[in-house]
Amino acid sequence: MEQLQCKDLSLGYEGRAVLSGVNFSVSAGDYLCIVGENGSGKSTLMKTILGLMKPLGGTIRWGEGMRENEIGYLPQQTAVQKDFPATVWEIVLSGCQSRTGRRPFYSKAEKELARKNMERMGITAFARRCYRQLSGGQQQRVLLARALCATQKLLLLDEPVSGLDPKVTAEMYDLIQGLNREDVTIIMISHDISAALHFASHILHVGHDIFFGTVEAYQSSPMAKRFLDTEGGENA
Amino acid sequence: MMDMLRQYLSFPFVQYALVVGVLIALCSSLLGVTLVLKRFSFIGDGLSHVAFGAMAVAGVLHLTNDMLFVLPMTVLCAILLLRTGQNTKIKGDAAVAMISVGALAMGYLLLNLFSTSSNLSGDVCTTLFGSTSILTLTQAEVWLCVGLSSAVVVIFLLFYNKIFAVTFDEDFARACGTRVEAYNLLIAIVIAVIIVLAMNLVGSLLISALIIFPAMSAMRLFRSFRGVTVCSAALSVTCALLGILISILGGTPVGSTIVAVDIAAFLIFSVIAWLTRKAG
Ligand SMILES: Nc1ncnc2c1ncn2[C@@H]1O[C@H](COP(=O)(O)OP(=O)(O)OP(=O)(O)O)[C@@H](O)[C@H]1O
Ligand SMILES: [Mg+2]
Repeated sequence: MEQLQCKDLSLGYEGRAVLSGVNFSVSAGDYLCIVGENGSGKSTLMKTILGLMKPLGGTIRWGEGMRENEIGYLPQQTAVQKDFPATVWEIVLSGCQSRTGRRPFYSKAEKELARKNMERMGITAFARRCYRQLSGGQQQRVLLARALCATQKLLLLDEPVSGLDPKVTAEMYDLIQGLNREDVTIIMISHDISAALHFASHILHVGHDIFFGTVEAYQSSPMAKRFLDTEGGENA
Repeated sequence: MMDMLRQYLSFPFVQYALVVGVLIALCSSLLGVTLVLKRFSFIGDGLSHVAFGAMAVAGVLHLTNDMLFVLPMTVLCAILLLRTGQNTKIKGDAAVAMISVGALAMGYLLLNLFSTSSNLSGDVCTTLFGSTSILTLTQAEVWLCVGLSSAVVVIFLLFYNKIFAVTFDEDFARACGTRVEAYNLLIAIVIAVIIVLAMNLVGSLLISALIIFPAMSAMRLFRSFRGVTVCSAALSVTCALLGILISILGGTPVGSTIVAVDIAAFLIFSVIAWLTRKAG
């Protein structure tokens, strides 16, 4: 079942296009990795999909049964300021904000959902801790738990492993793969091309040329060859 | 001294001052965290100057209840500032500076040109530092203050979770379909109401202190949003009570006394935080 379809999308800031002619679609259970150089417009694409900014042209179509607020989002950099006083519990629970509608307070079921997602991410022990006193990997798991409270269907992750050490990175990939196996669709921006090829089912390569297709098709494309020779060489 | 206090407390105007002071202190502390963390403090500062200008106009027009004029003006400016502030950062800051300094200058000019009062600098001083206004409230003003502060508290409680979400991560909230712009507007309006209220207590120059100090103190010790909110509310109320009582007994100006107590509390909290960090 198709969840998201972007047709001839062009996007950018203040009328200046960063990317144009983006065509891709995502079906339930897909694992799409978005790759490309720094500044090629990956985060901008994600913000456009999320409706944080308007596309300059083209269309974004949501599939049957996808409401706009059924997306979980893990930002590249949280704008969280250094001294924000907030506990892990308060942050994870705020992922339920789209479920409350006009009701001012969180219901029992929503608190239960938050508790369950904290358990899923293995952060139950930190519930009462202050977010800013956690390590980078723990913070990412908190934000992932928050995103999971917002959705059961589609997660958009902007470089979820940047700044994490190899062990924590591997754990993070496992968590994400586990979620994907539970039928959560994943759209992930990544600079880790080898991990992308390993875990993803589809690749969207943005930049001067744009490629969209399955991992197998990508590996045999000339575009991947060029990219892998430069970026992949560094990572290997 | 206790006798003197008891005698003072039997005066209705002192009772009014205490009730209104506590309510205003409670309101102004609630949005302190949001104000500090959302970088809205610049709006708070600008608005307090706007409120001064509006106050001057109200004085010149001889309005019987000047809050009824000052409040809509300040709310209007809050909305304007928020709109311009969202466009681009530098332009927004300049707009705030222009509006706030402009209001200050026009207010003083109007007072000078049209005031019939024999004690002009005294009037200006009262408006800026709130030296006695809390003790001279009419009954109608007391009721207006009580009504507005109750409204602020109710709105804050009803939208507590959304205010947290919007303050903590605007992008995530927007992606969830939360109407961030509407909530920012709500926050700005509530801040405007708080500023007009707080003008009665501490005067327009000291408003930011009343809003920011309790939140900053609470943030030294507490780690959760709820903890900080509850603590800064309790702290703000305590400081206002202490400040009003001290000023009545000692004959000091109410506004600056309250702010002095707030500063003392901030220092005490900082020392406690430092000690616990050293011990832990
Ligand atoms: N707020 C903004 N206003 C104007 N231009 C911007 C803004 N944010 C980003 N850009 C520009 O848009 C382009 C794409 O930025 P984007 O953040 O989408 O890149 P990215 O692919 O996510 O890069 P990275 O891999 O470093 O995260 C860049 O050239 C950047 O300079
Ligand atoms: Mg990016």
